[in-house]
Parts: sequence; structure tokens; C-alpha cells
Amino acid sequence: MKFVVIIGATSAMAQHAARLWASRGDRLLLLGRNPSVLQALAQDCRLRGAAQVDHMAHDLNDVPHWQQVLDAALADAPAVDAVLLAYGVLPQADTVNHDWAALEASLHTNLVAPLGHLAWWANRLQAQGRGTLAAIGSVAGDRGRASNYAYGAAKSGLATYLQGLRQRLYRHGVTVLTIKPGWVDTPMTADIDKNALFAAPERVARDIVRAIDQGRTQLYTPWFWAGIMVVVRAIPERVFRRLSL
Amino acid sequence: MTPCSGWGRVNPRPVHTHVARDGQALAALAQLPHGLIARGLGRSYGDSAVADHVVAMQGLDWLQSWDPATGVLACAAGLSLDALLAFVVPQGWFLPVTPGSRFVTVGGAVASDVHGKNHHLHGTLGQHVLALDMCLGNGERVTASPTAHADLFAATCGGMGLTGIIESVRLQLQPVASSQMQVTQHRAPHLEALLEAFAVHAHATYSVAWLDAWSPAPRLGRGVLMVGEHAATGPLQWRAPRTWTVPFDMPPALLGAPLLRAFNAWTYARARPGAGVQDLIPYFYPLDALAQWNRLYGRRGFYQYQFVVPPEGAAAVLRRVLQAIQEARVPPLLAVLKAFGPANAHPLSFPMAGYTLALDFAASEAALALMNTLDDWVHNAGGRVYLTKDARLSARHFRQGYPQWEAFEAVRTKYHAVGRFASHQSRRLGLA
Repeated sequence: MKFVVIIGATSAMAQHAARLWASRGDRLLLLGRNPSVLQALAQDCRLRGAAQVDHMAHDLNDVPHWQQVLDAALADAPAVDAVLLAYGVLPQADTVNHDWAALEASLHTNLVAPLGHLAWWANRLQAQGRGTLAAIGSVAGDRGRASNYAYGAAKSGLATYLQGLRQRLYRHGVTVLTIKPGWVDTPMTADIDKNALFAAPERVARDIVRAIDQGRTQLYTPWFWAGIMVVVRAIPERVFRRLSL
Repeated sequence: MTPCSGWGRVNPRPVHTHVARDGQALAALAQLPHGLIARGLGRSYGDSAVADHVVAMQGLDWLQSWDPATGVLACAAGLSLDALLAFVVPQGWFLPVTPGSRFVTVGGAVASDVHGKNHHLHGTLGQHVLALDMCLGNGERVTASPTAHADLFAATCGGMGLTGIIESVRLQLQPVASSQMQVTQHRAPHLEALLEAFAVHAHATYSVAWLDAWSPAPRLGRGVLMVGEHAATGPLQWRAPRTWTVPFDMPPALLGAPLLRAFNAWTYARARPGAGVQDLIPYFYPLDALAQWNRLYGRRGFYQYQFVVPPEGAAAVLRRVLQAIQEARVPPLLAVLKAFGPANAHPLSFPMAGYTLALDFAASEAALALMNTLDDWVHNAGGRVYLTKDARLSARHFRQGYPQWEAFEAVRTKYHAVGRFASHQSRRLGLA
């Protein structure tokens, strides 16, 4: 039995990952903002066979609150095997291009607060001397594109932070996994016309759980995005700036 | 606002998709002045889940309660039958009634009051639903069952989402000893023989016939009746088979009459009479093995025309329909025949005693004209058309085929649904 903590457990990918862990009989701690969704998910996970499911609801952007309550809640808890950070927002590009408050809010949700959570968990896992710290970034962080560079910049910053954490925690026996999904058919993309590259969140969740099992450090999911991003990164900037991707 | 259509992909229209994470959010959406319709996995063929505003249900997909001793399961309405089955089949339970695709939501299946190959014995899915949690047009949330708000319950089973938003479903499952099926095939050289085969095998739990709609007399309406029973022994497992995806729109000319003739001849010839064992998934959900198979019909999409006619005179109507199809030279790529048991008390439920024939037509003017002709024959014979498959039925034929439509409207008025829940289909059919 593993003990898995999910930060942003009500995101579509996280919910499916939680169910996979639950059906293996793992213990889960689900953190998120919406208490009724957390409750529904926790009940679902119990029915699927989770050894124990707890959930805590509060605004994930309020990092000091979480650090405080987690210190108390986990004082007597066993070692955590894996932490999955799985939350973010896809801001409307035309909104964040004109509205500073919206840009700042999206950066806080996609970058500042996640770094706060990761910093706290990194210290905990380092003290344990084992475990996996995984966070969902995005292929959008691999290269800035006109359609969503504010989102991409946050995800790129998150990936860089994870790189540094990975080096720091390696000598302490802790694995750090950067997850880069492509387009996923979730509520976040409900209003986007779906093409063949869109993946089901169930599939992405399966890849995430397997990558954590295997101790991987980087995951593109579905797999073909690794190839796509090799090409996207290789295009010279002089050419790339003319493209509309 | 992105263009959106049903599974048949005809007539895509701009749709604003709303997402609700919980019941409270649903209640807020239900009261929006412009009205909306709940949309699950988008498998109804026409425009019954298409409207200017839709609420996406597939994120509301939690198991809520489960008793492995009694087989009573409750889940949020956005759960897919696929996810439900993956959970219950290994524990020895199966859906009491299943449609031909497992990639539909439980809520959508209830709203369509779906039937399966066992309709003649076990009726529709709605007849196995114990209770529905619903969100009404005034934001109120109620539980409807055969005993509480029984009028709302009956109208919601088959009500195409027009009575309120189904939030969760409590369902009685059926026990199975194995995840395998005992299947027997019977070839019938013409329509009369096929109808007789249904009568002979009326005691079989599952029965459905593939029909060669393109062969002329004297082989008119030849087909293969497939009867099935749950195997008494064997493994209990849920193994999703490998699926293939149709990667893009096929050229419309691909699936023309010559290919259909060859395909039908091959299908009939290879159907060796006799028994065999098959897994649940290929038996109940053969088309699910080909993801996005709706692309086979090209960019213009396709119609499925499914009707039922009462048993008396059914043979004559079916023969006339098949002849008309062939004379119009509109090849139906799929034709499936099934004998129904009696109708239930749900006012908009499709099945009634008689025979149902489902036909797939690539979208064309000729196909539309043909279906308009068939509408007259079907309704004059006392039959009706399945709303879940429909993209073009007229209000006149709807009222003729579903004479309880006024009772349905009265329930909608009573439960604050009028002006709140509407689809392009409901407006076309003249519902308030």
C-alpha cells in the first residue's frame, strides 16, 4: 500500500489518477478547493478499494494556509510515497494580454502557488529520505507560442523549478517527475474544438501513474508529444516567429 | 462557441458549453434564462443534445454507492457505461439492459430510455432504475422514483433531457456468472424467415438480427439472427480490446453500393449456423472497436433511421421499406432488426411491441427524401421513430408517433422545465 497525496485532486487528470491508485488499494489524501467535488471523489475512491481516503478543502492559492494545516494534519502520518501536483488554469489569451490583474492571477495559480506547495513538500520528502514529487506542467512550457504564452511561461517556470529540485533531492533519494501533457479533453478545454491530438484524461492518468511507478523524471503524454516537441523546439526562432501554431 | 453536432455529424451548429463541477453549479445553470440541454458523450445521433447552450456532464462521473451483495449501484449521471462495467463486471454484475455502445453516459442512457437485445424480456433501462436525483428548472433538487414524483420519473426515462438535469442514477444490476456469452447464429434466406426466426427464439435472453437490406427478391430481407445467453461458467474479467480509430473523414464515394453488396454477401456467407463463445465486449459493443467510426461516412455525416412498427402488418411494412430503399438507390450501410416486447408507461419511451429496424444512410438529399416517405408509412402503420437517432423528424409525425406528448408537456410544466430545458430537436418537434 502506498500513501499518495494529490494537490488539486479535482482536476480531470488527477481524478482519474486517484481512481487508479484507489483500485490498487492505496491510501489517498486529496487536497483541493471544491469541498463537494472532493467529497464525491473520496467516496468514489473508497468504493474502488482505497485503504483510506482523506480530503481537505481550501483555496490552493493560499499557500501559507496549507503549510500550516498540513504541518498539523501530517504530524503523525506515515511517510508519503508520492505527491502529485495537478492544478492550473488556462487563461483566455486575449484577456491576459490586456488585463494585468488577470495576468497576475493566472501566474499566481499556475506558477507562484505551485512553487510554494512544491517547496513545502520537497522539504518533507527530503526529511523522509524517499518518495516521488510529481507535477503537471505542459508542452506549452517547452516553447512560447502566440496563442498561450502567459500559460506557457508559467509552465516553463514550473519545469525549471522542478529541474532544480530534481538535482537537489536526488542525493536524498527523492525522485522528481515533470509531466508534460499535450491537449487533454477536460473541462479546461471544454470550449475548444477537439482534433485527433486530444487525449482522454483517463489515458493521461494511466501514463502518470506508470511513470511514478517507474521512477521516471520526465513524461510526455500521450507519448507522441515527445516527438512533436523535439520538432517544435528545433525550429529556428527566425522561422518560428512567422508561424501561427 | 464551437460547432457541435450529434454522432451522425450532420448540421453542426455553434454551441456554448457550460461546465458544472457539482450539484450547486448545475442548479445555477438550470435557471439560466436562455435554457440549455445536458450533453454527455455526444452519442445520440441527431440534435437531441445540441442547443445554443449545453452543459457538459461527463465530468460528473463518480460512483456514489455500491452493494456487491444486491447489485444496487448509484453513480453521478456523467459516468460512462464503459467505466461502470469496468467496475462491476469483475465482481459478477452486468447492466440489466445495454445499448449497442458502452461510450454513453448513464444519464444519457436513462434520458433515451435505451433498449438492448433483451428488450422482449427485460424492457428498457428505465424499468431497472430505482431512483433519479434531478435538478429542476427552478433550481430545486429532487429525487424521482417509481413511487416518489412518479410522473417526473416516468417522463424523464426517455424524456431526452427535457424534464430537468439528471444528476445521479440508482440502478439495479443483474448478476452474471461469467463475462462470456454463449452465441448462436441462424441464417434466414428472406424477411419472412427472419421474422419467423425471432418468433421461434422468443425465449432467448438476447436476440438481434443483421439484415441485408440491399439484396432483391426473392432474397429480400435475408439476414442472420444472433441469439445469446450469458455463459454459465467461465472467467469474470473486463478486458477492453484493442481499438482502432478512423483517423479522418473518408471520401463519401468509398461506401457506395458495390462495396455494400460485396460486404453483405460476405457477411451472410460467413455466418455459419451454430454456437460459439464470445466475450461480452465484442458481443454487445462490436462497433466500439472502431473509434470515431462516424468518420466513415465522410464530412457530410450520416443519418440513422430507426423505427418500430406493431407486429400486425409489420412484414408488409418492412418489405415495402426495403423495396423503397433499393428503388431510391440509397444504400443503408448498416441494417439491424429486432423484435420488441411491450411498451412501458414512460410517455416518450421508444420501444413498443413489434419490430424495430435501424438503418444508416450517408447524408444526401435522396436519403432525406426517402426518410420523409418512410415516415408516412411507419406512422400510418401505428409505429414511431427513435428520437435518440433522429435529426429530422417533423412535429406532425412526432405527435402521431408519441400520442402521450401532451402528458409529457404537462409534466414539464408542472416541474418548471418549460423554457429551461430545450434542444434543437425539441424545438423542431414543437415542444415548449
